[in-house]
Amino acid sequence: MIRLLWRLLGIIGIVRGVLRAAHPPRDEDDGVDPSRRELVATPRSEHALAVLLIAGGLVLTAFGVLIALDADPRVLGGVLGIGLALLAAAAIVGGLRVVAQEVAVEERPAMGDQAARAQLADDLGRGVEGVSRRRLIIAAAGVAGTGLAAAAALPVTALGPAPRDLDASRWRAGVLLVDEDDAPLSADDLEVGSFVTAFPSGADKRELGSPVVVVRVDPATLALPAARRGWAPDGLLAYSKICTHAGCAVSLFRHPLYEPASGPPALVCPCHYSTFDVRRAAEVTLGPAGRPLPQLPLRVDGQRRIVAAGPLSGSVGPAWWGTRRL
Amino acid sequence: MSDRHRTAKRVLALVLGSVALWGLGAPPAAAPARNPAVGAGARAASRSADAFDGRALYVDECASCHGPDARGVSGRGPSLRGVGSAAIDFYLSTGRMPLERPGIEPTRTEPLNDERGRANLIAYLTGLDARGTPIPIVHPQRGDLPRGRRLFADACSGCHQIAAKGGVDPEITAPPLEDATPTQIAEAIRVGPYLMPRFGPRVLDEHDVDSIARYVTTFGRHPLNRGGWGIGNIGPIPEGLVAWLLAGGLLVLVARVIGERST
Amino acid sequence: MSSRDTRRTDPVAFLDERLNVAGPLRKTLRYVFPGHWSFLLGEMALYAFVVLVATGTFLAFFFEPSSAQTTWHGPYAPLDGVQVSRAYGSALDLSFTVPGGLLMRQTHHWAALVFLVAITLHLLRVAFTGAFRKPRELTFAVGVTLLMLAVVEGYVGYSLLDDLLSGMGLAIGYSTALSIPGVGGALGTLIWDGPFPGGPALEPRLYILHVFILPASIAALISAHLFMIVRTRHTQFRGPGRRERNVVGVPLWPGYALRSLGWLLAVSAVLVLLGGLVQINPVWQWGPFEPWLGENGAQPDWYLGWLIGALRLMPNWEITAFGHAIVPNPFFGGVIFPEAVFGFLYALPWLDRVVFTRESEAHHLLDRPRDNPRRTGVLAAALILVATVFFFGSADRVFLSLSIPYELQLWLFRAFVLMGPIVAYSVTRRSCLALRRAGAHPLRDVDAELIAPRAAGESQPVGGP
Repeated sequence: MIRLLWRLLGIIGIVRGVLRAAHPPRDEDDGVDPSRRELVATPRSEHALAVLLIAGGLVLTAFGVLIALDADPRVLGGVLGIGLALLAAAAIVGGLRVVAQEVAVEERPAMGDQAARAQLADDLGRGVEGVSRRRLIIAAAGVAGTGLAAAAALPVTALGPAPRDLDASRWRAGVLLVDEDDAPLSADDLEVGSFVTAFPSGADKRELGSPVVVVRVDPATLALPAARRGWAPDGLLAYSKICTHAGCAVSLFRHPLYEPASGPPALVCPCHYSTFDVRRAAEVTLGPAGRPLPQLPLRVDGQRRIVAAGPLSGSVGPAWWGTRRL
Repeated sequence: MSDRHRTAKRVLALVLGSVALWGLGAPPAAAPARNPAVGAGARAASRSADAFDGRALYVDECASCHGPDARGVSGRGPSLRGVGSAAIDFYLSTGRMPLERPGIEPTRTEPLNDERGRANLIAYLTGLDARGTPIPIVHPQRGDLPRGRRLFADACSGCHQIAAKGGVDPEITAPPLEDATPTQIAEAIRVGPYLMPRFGPRVLDEHDVDSIARYVTTFGRHPLNRGGWGIGNIGPIPEGLVAWLLAGGLLVLVARVIGERST
Repeated sequence: MSSRDTRRTDPVAFLDERLNVAGPLRKTLRYVFPGHWSFLLGEMALYAFVVLVATGTFLAFFFEPSSAQTTWHGPYAPLDGVQVSRAYGSALDLSFTVPGGLLMRQTHHWAALVFLVAITLHLLRVAFTGAFRKPRELTFAVGVTLLMLAVVEGYVGYSLLDDLLSGMGLAIGYSTALSIPGVGGALGTLIWDGPFPGGPALEPRLYILHVFILPASIAALISAHLFMIVRTRHTQFRGPGRRERNVVGVPLWPGYALRSLGWLLAVSAVLVLLGGLVQINPVWQWGPFEPWLGENGAQPDWYLGWLIGALRLMPNWEITAFGHAIVPNPFFGGVIFPEAVFGFLYALPWLDRVVFTRESEAHHLLDRPRDNPRRTGVLAAALILVATVFFFGSADRVFLSLSIPYELQLWLFRAFVLMGPIVAYSVTRRSCLALRRAGAHPLRDVDAELIAPRAAGESQPVGGP
């Protein structure tokens, strides 16, 4: 009884109680007609609208002048933004305080019309009336469609070369290490705790297989696997600079001045913080990289220049299906 | 009533968010006045420095970790013999030493010793062993800006971030360089303090160091904010905060003016 | 006045006699929009897109999508006389010498960020109120596709400029493409025109994607989205006189047209003000990209934060066999995770039908989140999962500013990824039930108290037959 009374009074929210929520909505008619129409314009609101429009127009004109004068971007943005904001305020004032305020009720179109559907099916059917070998024709059209799709899609393969040499690298035994300015690196350039980026002499520096990071650590602390014992003359180590996780440049070298108070020397990639222990052949100690950085065996020649003693120990850069040397 | 209250709360949240953002982008403390040939002062002081006073300071401030004879204490602090004046000056002038207790990450603080005290300590320690890197002399104005920028991107930005705002190692943090003097920059390059690698004169020559110092002390740590408020110059994180809190917050408020607030 | 005069001056008559539009136009002007403010979020995305097209058109007149090298000269001393790509050089020119160029660049970038903020807010509103239910499943699927296209469009735009950040982002994108089992290598070289950093065709490809293929697709799908909305009319919250069969709201003319125009102008104003006053992506500061360069704290734009978070959060698992990398690590965070999230979104209408509500009626009246505790709980769990991964993407900056060690955060976030959604589900579900019992909205307290006893005795709150 009370509920009925409240409904009739049209109190806000009466139809949205817990009961409603429990039952997915039935289309109950609460008898409320929410439509209304009010004329709200006052001289004040109309003047405000006019002022906003004029002010906005003037400010936007000023923007036109300022851009011709090549004003500072901050001034340009400020002026254009204020002009637009004034017009926004004008439209909002106009919409809420000047034009008639109306709440209307529109009947929703019924979704789906069974009679029309039946008719549609009928019309579609009539289109192929008298055709007897439908299956054959449908199968043949399927063949045609497949061919067409293939003909449309296959030119995509022209976009790029076959992925054969994604891990190609110019590093071979005897290739000289040079710095970014093409100057050969000398074994005496690096002190313990130094790092430089080096490239194969004469190669394209931008190839992923090119950049290596050369670091020097105390040779007594090296813990390379037995097979790599001769790869680090005087504690000089070289690893591919391209992270084996996601291809970023491994551009952090952490080298402790006083090791007991901090961790061992490590190379770190700043993208996802994969951390590689340089003394242990770039073993991964933190982060998402799945394998060590490939190592470049080094030797020092008669002129104290640093030379590659062989190719990189594994595939350069991010892994893919065809990665062979992990 | 309650709507207005809620709107007020949201405005407050927006303001607080903006203040937090402002904190991110707060302009660095005014850079200390640059001295053209920095380091000269320290050297001048060291000429008249008193190793005896230095020894007193050493016993007071350093000996507990580095040992009474500066040969180090196992597990507490390394030997200071032959480390060179660059390292000593760097650690003392940036307030990184003396450390509160051994083992913690040394960070930049107000230096404990004034210039004279530092000179005395250097005189004492270099008197024990004169080897090591001396305090480098830097002439930032002789540096080449584009070269400095490129070298900084090559060798420094991996840790310190390209606008010298600092970064992560990720075991420790690499400090922002907003207060580093040209001499301290050169000292750090040569010495490789804490976990930083070091770069000898054959990797980065004097002109390279001048160039890096010039880039860091100009455009590096005072980036050109031609586009307005720099929001910290660290890129997409503050940009995302502005997009969500400032633009999103403001526009939701406008939407609530345009639209109905209750259903 | 003679009838000839009337014809000459009356544009409606002019058009109607040629296009027969007066009838449809009249109906259009009476089209009713529900007034609740949250219905403006989708429009906010639309208007951000308008700003993107306008500013992007300006930028396209100046930007050169070429990786050919050139020596840049301009008023920024650290890059004056430096070898850069034409793409990067023209972005510098836009920032320093083209009048209004930096304002347009920055407004464009802010508009991209806000476009995705608006889509996200709109998606949350639609998801938590059950607006995706029949008959709007297709509208919803188109909307989710729009979100995906917008993310890709943003990434491609960010990558075009060939600065340090865009190069690092492309390296990660390339590695993620490569990580797809079987086809990854071919896909990577197809897109990049060869191995990373890519061949000379990469820039033009990114460009045509960014200025034509993707925006045209987005525009087409926006049209489809709006067409579908008009066919079904808008949903609406429940309220007096609001029924399944009607729409209550403001007619297009004049009230809604002015409101919407004001909204377009307000969105534009905020974006232009940000574009002028708050710096975004200062490309001169990042410098040109080379594959051997990296920067600490490099980040993608916010809408890819969940992917950098996933890549960082993932343990270093990799599936290898016979010396081949069968499933490289970036596949988990960079492919499976986003695919799972988008798969969940696409499946949401179906999940709702078979799991949350177990009914397949058409609905035009919206639920409040509390009305369907199970749906709201699952959505909250999904949101917490994505948000956790997202926030881990900035753990390095948190370490730097708040001194919480990175590795500690790594383990905490990993634990939270597993625990957070479960906790979120149960807390949210319980809160919904409690809210429903209490009817916490102040205006509806009386109502709730009156009805609650009957409801409790009468039926299961959710998922009943």
